[in-house]
Amino acid sequence: MDKKLEPILQKLQKDFDATASEYRGDVSLVITPEHIAAACKQMLEPLGFELLSTMTVVDYWPEENPRFHVLYQFTSISKNLSLTFRVPVTGVTPSLPTISTIYRNATWREREIWDMFGIKFEGHPDLRRILMPHDWAGHPLRKDYPLGYEEPQFTFNYKEIDLRKPYAKE
Amino acid sequence: MTQLQEVSVEELKHLVSERAIQGETVLLNMGPQHPSTHGVLRLLLELDGETVINCIPDIGFLHTGIEKNMEAKTYQQAEVMTDRLDYLNTVGNILAYSMAVEKLVDLDVPPRAQSIRVILTELQRIASHLVWLGTAALDVAAMSTFLYCFREREMILDILELCSGQRMMTTFIRPGGLWRDVPVEFETVVRSFIKIFPKRIDQYESLLTRNPLFLDRTLGIGRISAADAQNYGMTGPSLRATGVDWDLRKARPYLGYEQYDFEVPTRTEGDSYARYLVRVEEMRQALHIVVQALNRLPLGPVRSDNCKYVPPPRSEIGVSMEALIHHFKLWTEGFDTPKGAIYSAVESPRGELGVYLESDGGPKPYRVHWRTPSFDNLQALPLMTKGHLVADLVAIVGSIDIVLGDVDR
Repeated sequence: MDKKLEPILQKLQKDFDATASEYRGDVSLVITPEHIAAACKQMLEPLGFELLSTMTVVDYWPEENPRFHVLYQFTSISKNLSLTFRVPVTGVTPSLPTISTIYRNATWREREIWDMFGIKFEGHPDLRRILMPHDWAGHPLRKDYPLGYEEPQFTFNYKEIDLRKPYAKE
Repeated sequence: MTQLQEVSVEELKHLVSERAIQGETVLLNMGPQHPSTHGVLRLLLELDGETVINCIPDIGFLHTGIEKNMEAKTYQQAEVMTDRLDYLNTVGNILAYSMAVEKLVDLDVPPRAQSIRVILTELQRIASHLVWLGTAALDVAAMSTFLYCFREREMILDILELCSGQRMMTTFIRPGGLWRDVPVEFETVVRSFIKIFPKRIDQYESLLTRNPLFLDRTLGIGRISAADAQNYGMTGPSLRATGVDWDLRKARPYLGYEQYDFEVPTRTEGDSYARYLVRVEEMRQALHIVVQALNRLPLGPVRSDNCKYVPPPRSEIGVSMEALIHHFKLWTEGFDTPKGAIYSAVESPRGELGVYLESDGGPKPYRVHWRTPSFDNLQALPLMTKGHLVADLVAIVGSIDIVLGDVDR
């Protein structure tokens, strides 16, 4: 672990009751959902992590509590450091406070997460689908979402499959 | 599937200004099929005459679900899909993926493979910047630059074809090294490219750098401040054009970049012209790295000999029982990885290209996430275009160098 990272970690652990772990040099902090907005504010100022490199989610279905881990990957340009936040989120009506007012690029990242995982971000200015079509049903990157191979239609199951297909019918 | 949900224009109401609702400003749809959007990008524009009041990008037309697909493939099968992400930086994508896998399983790469990786990624960087230069110049109506740029890009694609048999979708870099060693002609071909290319950069510059028409269209256009650029997560040349000296090759050297002598060009203006200058200088620096890497190209193996993860050479399979077993295991079930999660990033021609890999211990990745630079760079477009003319919007989209395959994944 980088020496410069240690005081930052200690401060975050103390303020937000977080637990740190390290794997192959990547340091991550587990933070509870209620602290995430405040922690992100701290990361930008005064801790000096200017970039929110990425945000993503890992789905641990069929585990339900917590089902998701929301990941925030921060980069500090001035100090040349990286830090990851992991936020456990429950599977029943998953939601988190938005950080798009703190890091502007979280606007699209949160939209992507809503689109792909169905995690709501409270206070988000524009929470629409971003990559999938606006009328899409379901959240594709969830583990219980099938990796869609199309079922072949034969004479014996033609009608049954036809009923389920979402194209225009007479 | 459940039933479809109805979505109406009402949903977009909060994105446009009050005046659009009263009919004072015009809403115009640009794209998704528009030559100047560099792919399939739809921009919903709110215009007051020719002036852009609001620009609402709509992406996802090239979404292919690569992240989902990778979860269903073994680590080796997933390699070929990386080429389809950012189709102008195919070598860089597979490099990012290979480095992530190497970090996850703790695999060493022999020095010769490292140097060839550097040469190929830097050549790819030049090729990508050439496509950008050609198309961005085309966006401001400089037709001839495009033809010259594609002439040189062709030479680089020929080099990639010589190594891998493919011009674009190379999959030449593999976790643990390379697919195979480069052919004997490789050095001669690269040297002939190195010989002519500096003069060619001067040619492009003579066409554009002091061209008054080009200056008119780019100077002071699409300006973004360093603070905004960082807050929007911009990386790569677009960030460096605002004065932030951030290049992962310098800041967190990988592939032995610390041994090479090169500079990271930065400008402070943050406009289209600064981005142009940064990229042109980056091409020179990339060529400089290629020369150094080629001059001290070490001899030796190009693949790690850790046969748990890297297939053994073909010649060994006939004589060694272990090699045969490894080969069989690797191509039937793939390799198991230790349980854990890593994030690894490289500097692509567009910025920080990161891969988040999480493994549950099995032969397939549990979760792969691609942090693609164009996604964040494009997000700053509404900010950069506000108050500019529609014609300038085209120039700005061109100048931030987006690849829609990279945005939509």
